[in-house]
Amino acid sequence: MNDTVEVEKPAKKKGKWTRRAFIGAGVAAGGALVVGVAVRPGNPVDSLKDIVAGGQGEELINSWVKIGADNVITAIVPHCEMGQGANSTIAQMLADEMDADWEKVRVMDAPADGNYVSKDALRVFAAPGFKGGETMEPTYDGLFTQISKLAGGYVTGGSSSVRSTGQNGMRIAGAAAKEMLVAAAAAEWSVPAAEITTDKSMLAHAKSGKSEPFAKFAAAAATQELPRAPKLKTSKEYKLMGRPMQRTDIPAKVNGTANFGIDGAPEGQALKYAAVKAAPIVGSRVKSMDAATAKGMPGVLQILNMGDFVAVVADGYWQAQQALNSIKTSYEKTDIDALNSNKMFANFGKALDEAGDDGGDSKASEGDVLGVMEGAAKKVEAEYRVPFLAHATMEPMNCTAWVRDGKCDIWTGTQVPLWARSAAAEGAGVGDDDVTMHSAFLGGGFGRRLEPDYVTQAARVAKATGYPVKLIWSREEDTAHDHYRPADISRFKGGLDKEGKLTSWNNVHCSTDEPAESPLVEFYDIPNVSVRNAEVEWPLKLGAWRSVGHSQHGFFVESFVDEAAHAAGKDPVEFRRELLAKSPRHLNVLNGAAKMAGWGSELPEGHGRGIALVRSFNSIVAEVAEVDMTKGMPRVTKVFCCVDAGFAMNPDGLSAQMESGIVYGLTAALYDEITLKDGAVQQSNFHDYRMMRMDDAPDIAVQIINGAPDNLGGAGEPGLPPAAPALANAIFAASGKRIRELPIAKHFA
Amino acid sequence: MTKFQVNGKPVELDMDPATPILWAVREQLEMTGTKFGCGIAQCGACTMHLDGKPIRSCSTPLSQAEGKSITTIEGIAPEDGTLSKVQQAWISEQVPQCGYCQSGQIMSATALLKTNPKPSDEQINSAMAGNVCRCGMYGRIRKAIKVAAGIEESSTQETAA
Repeated sequence: MNDTVEVEKPAKKKGKWTRRAFIGAGVAAGGALVVGVAVRPGNPVDSLKDIVAGGQGEELINSWVKIGADNVITAIVPHCEMGQGANSTIAQMLADEMDADWEKVRVMDAPADGNYVSKDALRVFAAPGFKGGETMEPTYDGLFTQISKLAGGYVTGGSSSVRSTGQNGMRIAGAAAKEMLVAAAAAEWSVPAAEITTDKSMLAHAKSGKSEPFAKFAAAAATQELPRAPKLKTSKEYKLMGRPMQRTDIPAKVNGTANFGIDGAPEGQALKYAAVKAAPIVGSRVKSMDAATAKGMPGVLQILNMGDFVAVVADGYWQAQQALNSIKTSYEKTDIDALNSNKMFANFGKALDEAGDDGGDSKASEGDVLGVMEGAAKKVEAEYRVPFLAHATMEPMNCTAWVRDGKCDIWTGTQVPLWARSAAAEGAGVGDDDVTMHSAFLGGGFGRRLEPDYVTQAARVAKATGYPVKLIWSREEDTAHDHYRPADISRFKGGLDKEGKLTSWNNVHCSTDEPAESPLVEFYDIPNVSVRNAEVEWPLKLGAWRSVGHSQHGFFVESFVDEAAHAAGKDPVEFRRELLAKSPRHLNVLNGAAKMAGWGSELPEGHGRGIALVRSFNSIVAEVAEVDMTKGMPRVTKVFCCVDAGFAMNPDGLSAQMESGIVYGLTAALYDEITLKDGAVQQSNFHDYRMMRMDDAPDIAVQIINGAPDNLGGAGEPGLPPAAPALANAIFAASGKRIRELPIAKHFA
Repeated sequence: MTKFQVNGKPVELDMDPATPILWAVREQLEMTGTKFGCGIAQCGACTMHLDGKPIRSCSTPLSQAEGKSITTIEGIAPEDGTLSKVQQAWISEQVPQCGYCQSGQIMSATALLKTNPKPSDEQINSAMAGNVCRCGMYGRIRKAIKVAAGIEESSTQETAA
C-alpha cells in the first residue's frame, strides 16, 4: 500500500466561467460572409495541441452564421429539432447580438459531417468559391477540424442547446459578425466605427445619412481583422432575447409539409419498405424461423434472418408488417429467460440490504450521519420504487437507408447525427465518410434518439437487399425494444431534532446517477448527509429518458422531504422554507409556486395540494399539483409551476417546455411501467402503455423568474422531475395515502 | 381498383383493398403529412376525414374509401394560399413542439368545429381524447380550438422585433 496519496486539488473557484473563443471568417459564394466560432470552456490555452488533448467533461461549442447576398441571415445550428424549440431560440440569440432583422433570419441544421466546422464546411455547403488563407485566424484551419473530430460534436440532449451553443457560441458568432460588418462599413464610408449604428440587418451612419444592408459589406467584412473578444450585449441591451418570438419551425408543422425522418426518401427512386422484429430478450438470437406463409404473401420481396432480428422487405410497409406477423420464430436461450420484474426488484433489495447504512459507493458524505441519526428526536424511514419506462415518441423509430457503390445515404431523425453516421457506416460496411446523413425533424426524442440502433438495422437491411429501404418499427417494436429509463429502489432514513429540523439524511439507491448531481440535496440545509448507491445488474438496455436520473431522484427525494415534514408536524412548504434558508433562488421559486397555487387556502373535500422542488440542468423548478380524489382514480386538476432558468431567452418557449415536461412526468407517474416476464418486455402499444390525453390533462400555469441573467439553465427537462412527487404529495394531503411506488394507477385499480 | 377523391381530386388505386388508407396515401400518393403512430387507432396521428368525418386511417381499409372523399392535412387550407382558422390558431398559440401528432390534432379539431362551431370544454375533451400529444400540448390545443372558434382571444406571440 502506498502511503503517499495525491492531495486533491482545491476546487476551482466558482463564479465566472472562463472561455476562449476562436473565431474564423471567410467569403462564400455570392459574397456571403461566413463566420464560425469554436469555444472551449476552461482555462485559456495557447496551442492547438492542448485543445485537442482537452480533458473529458469539457464542452466544445461550434457555431456558424452566414449572411447571404439577399441579406438573409442563416444560423447553422449543430442541434436537431425535436420539439424543444431550441434551434429557433438559438437563432434569436444570434440575431439579437447581430442586430439582425428577425423576419429574415433562417435556421439550418448543420450537416452531419465531422468537418462541418472546418474550412471544408464552407466549401461543402456554402462556398464553392471559398478563399480562406490570409483572412483566417492562424490556428483556424486545423482547429475547427480537430475540435469537431474530438467532440463528435453534434449532440442534442442535456437541456443544453440554449445555455451552451446559444449562450457561448451563437451570441459570439453574432457579435463578431456585426463588429466585422461595422468595421467594413467604417472603412468604406471613411467614418469612425463608433458612429455606425446597426438595426434590423442594416448599417447606418446618421451624420452622413448613409444606410446600407449588411449584405452590401459581407465580402469586405471578411477581410477585416477578426475580433478576439467581441463585445456581447448586457441583458439591459437585449432586443430579441427575453421576448416570446414565434418559433421558426411551427408553420411547416401545421400544413403537413414538415419533413420528419419517416418522410425521408431519395429523389426519384422507388422505395421498398421493411418491417422488423427483434429477438424479444436482450442478447437472444433467432434460432429458427418458419416463413412459409410470409413467402407467398403479396408484395413480399425478401425475408431476412439477421440473427438478432428478422426483417421482411416488401413493396409496401403494411405488406411487410403483415408478412412479418405470419413468421414463426424461436430463439436461443439466454441467462435471463426466467427473469421477471418481481425477481429483479428482489435482487435490487438484496443489493440495498448489503449496502446497509454505510455501504455502497459514496456520492456525498457530510458530517456524522449515523451518530446524529442515533441521537435524533424522531426518525423517518421510507423505501420508494420506480419502474422501467419507455420513451414512446410519437414517431416510432425508423430510418431510410440506401447502400450502393460503397456509399450509404441515410434519412432519419436522430439526436446524434455523427454517431448515427458511424452506426450506419458499421451497418453498411463502409467508412464514416462514405455516409451521407439527410437531416429531418424528430417526431419526439426525449433521449430515445440518442441511440442509433435503428440506423444500424436499416443500413444492414439496405446492404443485404440493395434497395433503398424505409425501415419502420411498429409501435409494438418501439415499446418492447427501447433503451429504458432504469427501474430503481431508493431507501431513506432521516433524523429530526426536537425542533423538527431535519439534521441527518441517509439515502441508498440502485441507479447509477446520471447526471451525478441527481440524487444530491446540497441546496437543502441538512448538516449530516450520506448518499450512496449499490451496484446492481439490469436486464434491459438503458438509456437517457427525459431528465435522466432526476426523473427518479426527484420523486424519491421530494416524497421523502414531504414525509419528513409531516413527521415533524410542519406544513410541507414551511418545512422546505427552513431547509432553503441558505439557497435564496430556490426559496424564491418555492415561494413563487406556493403563491400561485394559493397554498394554504381551502380546497373542496377530497381535494389536496402537494409541492415539490427540483433543481436540474441548472434550472430550479417548483410545482404545486392539485388532485381530486373523489372519483377513485386520482385526477390531477391543476399544476402551478414556477421556474428560474437564470434568464428566459424565449419566455413562451420556456413555458412550453415546462408544460410539456409536466405532462410527460405526470403520464409516467400516473400510468406507466415497463415490466418483464420471462425476460421480455410485456407492454406493446398505447393500450397497455398509456398516455395522458386531453381529458385527463391538468390546467397548467407557469411563472418565470429571471434569477441569474448570466447563468442560464436548461428548459427541455427541468419541468419534469417535480411533477410526480408534487402529485404523490397531493394525494397524501387529500387522502392520507402515501404513494411509495410508481405508477400511481397500480394503487387504485 | 379503388376510386375515390383526395382533397378534391379523383384518384384510382390498384392495391389490396384491405390496405389501410394511411399507407395508400403516404406510399402511393406520396402525401406524407399524415403520420403513422400506433397502427391500432389508439393515438390519432393518422387522422383524416372521410366524407368530412374524422377517421383513423391506420385502421381503415382502402375499401371503405370507395366512391368517397378523403381530406388530409394537405387539403384543409383555403385555395387562396392562406391558412384555415384552425391552422392560424395553431400558430398564434404556438401549439406544436415536435409536431408529429399535429396533423392528426388539426384534422380532429377541424372536424369538431365543422359540426360544433362553439364547443364546450367537455365537448372539446370528447372530440380530442383520441389524439395523443406526447409533448403534452393539450392546454395549447384546447386554447387554439377556442381561438379558432372565436370563443377566446388569441394570445399572439411576437414575430417582429
